[in-house]
Amino acid sequence: MKTVVTVKNLVKKFGDFVANDNLNFEVYQGEIFGFLGANGAGKTTAIKILCGLSKPTSGEITVAGFDVYKQREEIKKNIGYMSQKFSLYDDLTIRENIRFYGGIYGLSNEDIKSKTGQYMETLDLHEYAKSRVSDLPLGIKQKLAFSVAVMHEPQIVFLDEPTSGVDPITRRQFWDMINAEAEKGTTLFVTTHYMDEAEYCHRISIMVDGRIDALDSPHNLKQQFEVDSIEEVFIQLARKATRDE
Amino acid sequence: MSESVIIQNLSKTYPGVKALDGISCKINQGEIFGFIGPDGAGKTTLFRILTSLLIPDEGMATVDGDDVVKDYKSIRSKVGYMPGKFSLYQDLSVEENLKFFAGVFKTTIAENYHLIEGIYKQIEPFKHRLAGKLSGGMKQKLALSCALIHKPTVLFLDEPTTGVDAVSRKEFWEMLHQLKSTGLTIIVSTPYMDEAALCDRVALLQKGKILSIASPEEIVAEFPHKLYSIKAQKLYPLNELLKQEGQVHSTYLFGDNIHLVLQENVSIEIFMEKIKAENFNDLEWESILPGIEDCFMELMHKA
Repeated sequence: MKTVVTVKNLVKKFGDFVANDNLNFEVYQGEIFGFLGANGAGKTTAIKILCGLSKPTSGEITVAGFDVYKQREEIKKNIGYMSQKFSLYDDLTIRENIRFYGGIYGLSNEDIKSKTGQYMETLDLHEYAKSRVSDLPLGIKQKLAFSVAVMHEPQIVFLDEPTSGVDPITRRQFWDMINAEAEKGTTLFVTTHYMDEAEYCHRISIMVDGRIDALDSPHNLKQQFEVDSIEEVFIQLARKATRDE
Repeated sequence: MSESVIIQNLSKTYPGVKALDGISCKINQGEIFGFIGPDGAGKTTLFRILTSLLIPDEGMATVDGDDVVKDYKSIRSKVGYMPGKFSLYQDLSVEENLKFFAGVFKTTIAENYHLIEGIYKQIEPFKHRLAGKLSGGMKQKLALSCALIHKPTVLFLDEPTTGVDAVSRKEFWEMLHQLKSTGLTIIVSTPYMDEAALCDRVALLQKGKILSIASPEEIVAEFPHKLYSIKAQKLYPLNELLKQEGQVHSTYLFGDNIHLVLQENVSIEIFMEKIKAENFNDLEWESILPGIEDCFMELMHKA
């Protein structure tokens, strides 16, 4: 299996505070990897490093084959990113957003045009063709944001609480899109507070106080902790936390 | 049981959006009542109207006997309100924030300390810290203390657990159940369907309309179909296959299993044998009881 993310002994300190305390893991091609942890456990710090936005204090880390110290611009070109808080420009229309992101990632005009047509069709956006993104229902906005995040066909996409606040039917349609993307060979790196969504991941890691305290498939973790749900695994582990954001 | 909040045919329209579309509902004194729905369902608009911060276009509502439009002055001293966004003074200390809110309502921390003791004690060791420097969990405890210090009869909590991890959510709900024992009416909104089970009664809200109002047990009992849980190794392809089947009413992934409802008069045994033959030999199924999320999706289907 091809490795898309390699993390060896990742440490990130802010002064005396150890935000990431010796993380070790790999993420594979086509894998849906759930990155869980309590608020303040150090997830955001680690994601920023993997996206090339922040340098680690020490450790050997590569993302999509590029080094997080020396090749951060290359990393940014080869990943996708989407979060609940920020994804699309509210003041632009759907087409303008697609063209903008296509341009940033260096897609040809022809590619941008064909992707635009494809998204209008598959996401059924015709009735919103002239609306600004701010006027779209949240569910549609999130599905479009995901499509835009994978438009340049990155090796890996980071999804930071992508379904927060979305209605339950849309939430499932969103996961169908995630699964379809994984089947194409894209790696998906997902954070979520919905514990049922953790069960959709091929493997999950659970962070506590800056460390990864568990990493396995949902099935194996439930067996290991002798419980019926990932929520119970999470609560057992996160209860041990001594630090709070 | 006396009614703490009465809502009659409430509507509110913003340019281009009907945020609330003729909502009616009654909330009993001393109950934990949940408005459950996704973003954009109208939860915040409703809370702002009930706390007198927004005037409805149509309909009326009373809180503890006061009209939300005419009696706005007395309502404000009766309700406690914790907005979804942290809105305390970040550059005041923990204690200064609490003193400020007590002062605004012409009371003192000492007078009502007993109401907040259980919650405030946990952050009291940090009372000189600026509110802006607190962790998320501590901010929430301070906001709750500030919303309670004037001894409200009705407490409004707008999405207190959104974006909060599973452990902190659990702790927050434990605090609410302790507060309930004081006789306070607690009205809470949340996008997390599983939290419905922690409320005495809930209203399921979608696009400004109430889909159903009842106790969580009643909502589940009203689910009109037989529900089956299906497990298999390859769950996603199985779900995609089921979606294409004409005999399927609905099929949704639910974590490590699929929740399936068949069309009426379809035999589950025969149907499952057929699906197994499509390369899903390891498939296992059983009849299960629905959860609130199943009910919400079924009601969305109908609406």
